[in-house]
Amino acid sequence: MAETIQDTMNSDDEPTRRDVILVAAAGFAAVGAAAALWPLLDQMNPDQSALSLATTDVDLSHIDVGQAITVMWRGKPIFIRRRADDEIAAAKSVPVDDLPDPYARNANLPDDAPASDENRAGKDREPWLVMIGICTHLGCIPKGQAVGDNRGEFGGWFCPCHGSQYDTAGRIRLGPAPQNLAIPPYNFVSDTKIKIG
Amino acid sequence: MAHKSTYVPTSSFGKWIDARLPIPRLVYDQFGVFPMPRNLNYLWTFGGILTFMLAAQIATGIVLAMHYVPTAEGAFDSVEHIMRDVNWGWLLRYSHAVGASLFFLAAFIHTLRGLYYGSYKEPREVLWILGVLILLLMVATAFMGYSLVWGQMSFWAVTVITNLFSSLDSVVPGLGTKLVEWIWGGFSVGGPTLNRLYALHYLLPFVIAGVVVLHIWALHIPGSNNPAGVEVKSSRDVVPFHPYYTIKDGFAMVLFILLFAVLVFYAPNLLGHSDNYIPANPLVTPPHIVPEWYFLPFYAILRAIPSKLFGVIALVASIGILFFVPWLDTSKVRSTAYRPVYRWFFWAFVLTCFALGYLGSQAPEGWYLILGRVFTFYYFAFFLVVMPVLGRIEKLRALPDSIADSMSRGKKRTAKPAKQLEAV
Repeated sequence: MAETIQDTMNSDDEPTRRDVILVAAAGFAAVGAAAALWPLLDQMNPDQSALSLATTDVDLSHIDVGQAITVMWRGKPIFIRRRADDEIAAAKSVPVDDLPDPYARNANLPDDAPASDENRAGKDREPWLVMIGICTHLGCIPKGQAVGDNRGEFGGWFCPCHGSQYDTAGRIRLGPAPQNLAIPPYNFVSDTKIKIG
Repeated sequence: MAHKSTYVPTSSFGKWIDARLPIPRLVYDQFGVFPMPRNLNYLWTFGGILTFMLAAQIATGIVLAMHYVPTAEGAFDSVEHIMRDVNWGWLLRYSHAVGASLFFLAAFIHTLRGLYYGSYKEPREVLWILGVLILLLMVATAFMGYSLVWGQMSFWAVTVITNLFSSLDSVVPGLGTKLVEWIWGGFSVGGPTLNRLYALHYLLPFVIAGVVVLHIWALHIPGSNNPAGVEVKSSRDVVPFHPYYTIKDGFAMVLFILLFAVLVFYAPNLLGHSDNYIPANPLVTPPHIVPEWYFLPFYAILRAIPSKLFGVIALVASIGILFFVPWLDTSKVRSTAYRPVYRWFFWAFVLTCFALGYLGSQAPEGWYLILGRVFTFYYFAFFLVVMPVLGRIEKLRALPDSIADSMSRGKKRTAKPAKQLEAV
């Protein structure tokens, strides 16, 4: 018997029925192992309870011009700032071509939307800026929400970890961060209320 | 050296077990009469010290796990509960935390000893590779263990390090983000992240223990390298492991445990960061995030590179490059003692590791950043340029004929009293 198998393995002839069975059995076992492995890996992905927290309503009526609040969405801090006119003007005065990251990074717009102030601010609500408050470098929380915080050279946000500086439209201007602060999917439910997510 | 077994069971139980599961024979052959080079210095005692440290970490870790709560709400409080309420909890936790530091101290000395004496060279390549694997596993285990405290430094260390994977977004858009969310089990570092880090922190030490067994196995095939770097040639070159090295290892271990005890009892927080006594807060980043001291050189390398992706690659490569050392070093001799030029480069490398360690603790600005880049460059140049090139062109000092010869030559050169040599 052993000799027969040896002969089969050494022969350069046409595949035999045994070869077919071997390949089929090994292939079937591989598919089965992969299928069994998937639940073991997928269990680590965000679970149903995490996904169910996917939207948050925020009341904006108490925020005055120049003020900012931080709310949580999916465990991430969301920066909401009601910008003063001079802050908007400062953001608008910068040519998009001069920015390190030319894209708006706005989940409500196409991926290639340019990083103009209109594309960063709330749709038709210029003073409002809603962003995920996580530095795009290594995930620290930039300073600039509280009164008296260091807001960096550009009057926006300053990340204390590695010195990234964001302007009044949350765009990266100086430092190691590769991207503008991300804008989450959100929309204005009414004049004073937004729904994030 | 795989030598012929000389074990002869004497008792009737000894004969009975020897025919069934010959563990006494294994111990006798491998740790009793096992022939060791007679010229080993105290740098060769760190293998034993590391085995002890692994055992100590597992022992203290298992009992700490009986009191620790791996939830975002309960973790920090349970650590304080261990410190204040659990009987001997303070001793167990401080031993575990200081133990991690000393484990790395011993591992770094052990690794540098291997580098200096060429212990990675043929026929010990697999032994060396297994050692590097253990070092990588230690890094992963220590990082996960540090996160469990769930203080500010824990939380932000996890955030910054897991975010390193998002750099893959610049290779395949979306891949990095997907991977990071898979690691987190959510959209940010949170309870699910902590819980899985805990599960893996409990698992990995046993994986390390398994690789340690392979490491010792691979050591006992060719036998130990030695300071002269020449192979054992005759019985004049060796002494049995017991009692010579059980005593020497034991003495070094006592000294090391003395250092351990001084830190645990008199300066348990000396090597830690005070910010980790602030509960984790996802809304406030500490002004200055620094890892534990044993990661500082690698952290400095990460930050020296201006690109996020290449910074991560350099970080991984800084340890990964050790895997290739057996083939990067082209020198024909093992021991740096016979390499008069390489020796300078070696000590410059050690200095570089210290310098990177210091720079890793400083904010990456101005001169610190520039120096960080200079030392990062040398760190890699040592492996990629010095090792391959110098090995070919260096003029070597004359090697001794044998280990025994190296010792008598040493006697003539330094005129040490003969009594001291006989004791070895």
